[in-house]
Amino acid sequence: MTGDDTKHLPLEDIHVAAGARFGAFAGWSMPLTYPAGVMKEHLHTREHAGLFDISHMKLFEVSGPEAVSLLNRACPLDAGVLEISQSKLTFFLNEAGGILDDLIVTRLGDERFMVVANAGNAVADERHLRELAKGFDARVEPLDRVFLAIQGPEAWAALSRAGIETGSLLFMHGVEPRKNWFMSRSGYTGEDGFEIGLPKADARGLVAKLLEDERVLWIGLAARDSLRLEAGLCLHGQDITPETDPAAAALMWAIPKEVRASGAFIGADALRASVERGPAQKRVGLKPDGRQPVRAGAALFDGDGKPAGHVTSGGFGPSAGHPVAMGYVATPLAKPGTRLFADVRGTKIPVDISSLPFTPHRYRKG
Amino acid sequence: MATTYFTEDHEWLRVEGGVATVGITDYAQEQLGDLVFVELPETGRKLSKGDTAVVVESVKAASDVYAPVDGEIIEANGKLSSDPSLVNSAATGAGWLWKMKLADESQLAGLMDEAAYKAHIG
Repeated sequence: MTGDDTKHLPLEDIHVAAGARFGAFAGWSMPLTYPAGVMKEHLHTREHAGLFDISHMKLFEVSGPEAVSLLNRACPLDAGVLEISQSKLTFFLNEAGGILDDLIVTRLGDERFMVVANAGNAVADERHLRELAKGFDARVEPLDRVFLAIQGPEAWAALSRAGIETGSLLFMHGVEPRKNWFMSRSGYTGEDGFEIGLPKADARGLVAKLLEDERVLWIGLAARDSLRLEAGLCLHGQDITPETDPAAAALMWAIPKEVRASGAFIGADALRASVERGPAQKRVGLKPDGRQPVRAGAALFDGDGKPAGHVTSGGFGPSAGHPVAMGYVATPLAKPGTRLFADVRGTKIPVDISSLPFTPHRYRKG
Repeated sequence: MATTYFTEDHEWLRVEGGVATVGITDYAQEQLGDLVFVELPETGRKLSKGDTAVVVESVKAASDVYAPVDGEIIEANGKLSSDPSLVNSAATGAGWLWKMKLADESQLAGLMDEAAYKAHIG
């Protein structure tokens, strides 16, 4: 990709002024770290409130009399049973059941839904959804929004101080608090927190108010990655891909039982067959022994030196205090406590299969 | 009297009596961010210029540190095993990486002095 194609955040000037160091991610120039550094940013989010500019992600509004039918075809989901304001993690699957993207769908009204998609897949997702929508009385509208996340135990208090009350909103619910705003209680850190899509002009005001609060610190993509990895959350393109289905990815919990049994979503037959025969590999947490991080791409071996799988994400967990990783291993080995070995530059590092998350989720569920 | 040299790969060498103490520059540690692990070389290892001598790992990524000249490792900074953040807090001091006995001191002539390095990083 040439530099000219790189997309820039609408609030880039604010990040520059905050001293951000930028790097490329999914075609965007993104703040990777701020002067505090990844370690402090990570820990600050778990202790106070971290502010993330995630405007590289895309919001779509799906509406119309057949919006429910469209979503039920596009995703392994029963959109019709979602209550208004309820959010659900779901996927776009290909015909083989492979994960094209993971998405959050929130019901805004009887015939209106918000779909939040990953940056790297946004263009393909839009094309896919528009193509499917031709067969339904439904509209797909990409929204031009700044998208912010505020995460951590003091996120709600910081928003309240900035004039946004979040009181009754629970985890995995989303509302439209103001015109052209969308706010959900969700995130990618394992902490209580919110994601807010809003027009650029409003965003400048909100960011200014939030940053007056000493509890709030800008957090870059580097800490976003270590936070989500400790929380056991998947990054599409690494931990889940079009070559992995929800059964192998240990994400079947996101698909309701009735949908698994009789849903007519794309990839349904292939996914049912995969569940039936059992996936050859499963996604697991991996805890490397010692201090040396084990990173994406490292091959895994069993005690006899036979290939056992591979690492899809790995790094250091600042809150866990040790290296953390996840990857895919042969299903018979996919039990917490199993000891495997990761090849890191020719050295075999012992890694134990670990339950996820590495740091407990602290969602506000009720 | 020790002489300090710099490389385009953001390393520094402090040379005295045929022995170089090698580390990464403050600029380099800033670029890498918080280090969480340093893979140190074994004493006695012979390195050619350009060989990977040390791997420094930040939260996010692993980066190679190359031998700036030929030589033999005579000591690695063991303190980094328990406290890799010394490289961040004292890159040109207590955060040194290894000491090597130089095989060919004439190679030093190809390295930069501090003024040239400062110009290099702009």
